[in-house]
Amino acid sequence: MSSTKDHSGVTTVATYPIAIEINGKPQQLDVHPWTTLLDLLREQIGLTGTKKGCDHGQCGACTVLLNGKRINSCLTIAVMHDGASLTTVEGLASGDDLHPMQAAFVKHDAFQCGYCTPGQLCSAVGMTAEGRAETSDELREHMSGNLCRCGAYPNILSAIEEAMPATREQLERDKGVSR
Amino acid sequence: MTVKTSPVGKPLDRVDGPMKVQGQAKYAGEFPLPGLLYGHIVNSTIARGRILHIDTRAAEAVPGIEAVLTHENRPPIASYDKPYEDDDAADGSPFRPLFNDRILYNSQPIALVVGESLELARYAASLIKVEYQTEEHATDLLTNLDQMSTAPADLPGPRGDAKQALNNAAVKVEVQYTTPVEHHNPMEPHASTVHYLPDGTLEVYDKTQGVQNCMRYLEDVFDMEGQIRILTPFVGGAFGSGLRPQHQLPLAVMAALKLKRSVRVSFARQQMFTFGYRPRSIQRLTMGASSDGQLQAIYHQAIAQTSRFEDYTEQQVEWSGMLYKCPNVTLDYQLVPLDVYTPLDMRAPGGTIGVYALECAMDELAYAANIDPVELRQKNFTDFNANEGKPYSSKALLECYEQGAERFGWSKRTMAPRSMQDGHQLIGWGMATGMWEAMQMPASAKACIDATGKLIVSSATTDIGTGTYTVMTQIAAEAMGFPMDQVEFKLGDSNMAKAPLQGGSFTVSSVGSAVQKACQELRMKLLDTVQQTPASPFSGKTPDEIDFADGWLFIKDAPEQRVKLTDIAAETGALEVEASVEPGEVRDGYATGTHSAVFVEVKVDEDTGMVKVSRVVSAVAAGRVVNPKTASNQIMGGVVWGVSQALHEETQMDHNLGRFMNHSLAEYHIPVQADIGDIDVIFVEEHDEIVNALGSKGVGEIGIVGVAAAVSNAIFHATGKRVRDLPVTLDKLM
Ligand code: FES
Ligand code: FES
Repeated sequence: MSSTKDHSGVTTVATYPIAIEINGKPQQLDVHPWTTLLDLLREQIGLTGTKKGCDHGQCGACTVLLNGKRINSCLTIAVMHDGASLTTVEGLASGDDLHPMQAAFVKHDAFQCGYCTPGQLCSAVGMTAEGRAETSDELREHMSGNLCRCGAYPNILSAIEEAMPATREQLERDKGVSR
Repeated sequence: MTVKTSPVGKPLDRVDGPMKVQGQAKYAGEFPLPGLLYGHIVNSTIARGRILHIDTRAAEAVPGIEAVLTHENRPPIASYDKPYEDDDAADGSPFRPLFNDRILYNSQPIALVVGESLELARYAASLIKVEYQTEEHATDLLTNLDQMSTAPADLPGPRGDAKQALNNAAVKVEVQYTTPVEHHNPMEPHASTVHYLPDGTLEVYDKTQGVQNCMRYLEDVFDMEGQIRILTPFVGGAFGSGLRPQHQLPLAVMAALKLKRSVRVSFARQQMFTFGYRPRSIQRLTMGASSDGQLQAIYHQAIAQTSRFEDYTEQQVEWSGMLYKCPNVTLDYQLVPLDVYTPLDMRAPGGTIGVYALECAMDELAYAANIDPVELRQKNFTDFNANEGKPYSSKALLECYEQGAERFGWSKRTMAPRSMQDGHQLIGWGMATGMWEAMQMPASAKACIDATGKLIVSSATTDIGTGTYTVMTQIAAEAMGFPMDQVEFKLGDSNMAKAPLQGGSFTVSSVGSAVQKACQELRMKLLDTVQQTPASPFSGKTPDEIDFADGWLFIKDAPEQRVKLTDIAAETGALEVEASVEPGEVRDGYATGTHSAVFVEVKVDEDTGMVKVSRVVSAVAAGRVVNPKTASNQIMGGVVWGVSQALHEETQMDHNLGRFMNHSLAEYHIPVQADIGDIDVIFVEEHDEIVNALGSKGVGEIGIVGVAAAVSNAIFHATGKRVRDLPVTLDKLM
């Protein structure tokens, strides 16, 4: 535990050190006990790709992959994730090569404003890893935690259907690497 | 040499797509600035009265809190109405945030707490104590109808004698529909990040549909002419919510001016319910027809809510006087002022409500006259707008009916309600016509060749997800004769060439026309420039005889005669053209509109009353479609909105408190992925040389109009029950 100083130099608010790997990069961060994982990303380390639509776990815009599983980053406190590995939308592509899910989203025009898109992408990759949804209706059900006010749902579905096999392969390869 | 094909009309991927899928598109609340402070808004908890006392001491004492702004200590702001009147202002006296102690509506902003972090500001805001003098409020449209007065709208006068014709009509329908308050709720909450520059001027990243609208507003309200620049590279959805400057903008500026620091203010989702919305309304329709279904008379009255300080009007009833051929029409539009905020244009404002009522009534008429709903509409088709007394520049609506019905399989429909069951599922097929205006506004664009030979085109418009970046790039590439990858379109900066608000489906027709003209003129100017050199091989050539490829300008018939664009630019300095386009005079003689035919299948569970929209076919006539991929996405999105209007959306108010109750995305229902079935979009051929130089009418609104009616009509067909109150929820079907 360490402390930060406020503008007048008075020591007031404690922060806690955590070690967390974000998009493959290990980081040492000092976080306030109340900071959500979402605010840590957006406000503290400038990774604004992850979006805030409600801050209450009601929209899915903040979906990230925590140790490979999709979660709403607005609903969890950063300090709880010492030692975790996190993937955000900024970490999906490998260099200039888009992740198959990203490429399919562009091809199928699976967005309009793009604000729900990072959450949709992480959610779709997480859903593929879960391996529980196969049919279109199942995919629709399992993607229903991610709102899209622009209503790009049919295109989102087409993109996911196309990208799932390649995403599965990539997940297998990644597993092989980490073993 | 390969023959060049125009990029216009091609289903190209979005040029900003890669940025959006990699999280690189930055929205208003995402720009980092050194020493940035965060503001959190405190909202009133009463609907009407005065602030007697506001105690901010505890909040100010929190370490890290820099200021608490209230009406008592804010920087000076304009006091007259005029400076607050933006491009989309309603008649009246616009709301002035933190102006004085008056409370005009519940959840009105009354203080801004500014601190070093979001959490601190939000925590400190909870320590503020407010003492009010409460006055009695009225917020319920239905119980205040005695307060109604005629809306200040430009309605066409009565045509013929509707009353008489209704008395004589063989078939008659008299119905009333009600529609609820809805909130835009774009996924990105409104935010403004104000960069306080060393010279005291401001650069503001704002979520808006009009960068120059917001710039003028701030200049006028804060008396800062020439000291404000608004930047909006990306907008996370708006649907009308960004047509007027919202109060986070002036509040953030107040804090920046007071503290001489950069400040960001973002709305929490709950605060997205503290400004404009679609008004609640009552629609009364009486329709008369001959026994063979020929319309004889329409009476359409709308009664809608507004605030006490502005008379918000939209086109609710005009559609009933222009969509069909009908000799006797009377339209009426009434407003009831309440202690609420002013309503605000929301996707297809007015049309969404008025056409819903008209098209449900048409279905009721079809059943009263026992005529197929499509046939009834075909029978009453007109290519003349009788409100305006002008023919339509084009109206391929009959083709929409035909192609939509064909794709949907309408001919297999049986007319009787409850006649198409499938086990426990009641199947219903319904349809409706949709309509929106095809407007054009004055707009400008700048085109230039940069040092690398690339074409850079710009205009102060925005891209709210509609695909502006992409379609403008296509239009520029076509007009200039450049390949797409040699063109860049820039937008979202108030310093750019003048553009109208992005709304009303007129961006392609207005800004697109200016982009086209600027590029055509730049092409001329380039040719002109190379013709100046002595013994130029280009002398005497017309713009049609030249072409561009890989950074070269050459003669089509003699491609070896060429000159490098960068050389021309280097020799002559920047080659730049700014062009402006006004709506053409030829438009004056015509009415212009987009049209659609929407076909919907619903499945209603007989036991639970659960409604599922299983498929939709939307056939649209919108002139020339610049990009079928982004355009059909717009229509699909509109259809999703229509399904939402029909089945899900409703902001409910506790009238005792005068406050919205379901102000979260858990309780304010919009469709999720599982709620949406197949959506099939057809663009029918429609040529229109009158509407604008591009022949393109815009597709942002037409997708939603008529959908709620088609869904309601399908529900009637499935269940035999007419629910005339939106949204059609389970309880109403029991
Ligand atoms: S921001 Fe986390 S679910 Fe909405
Ligand atoms: S693309 Fe705008 S909310 Fe999904």
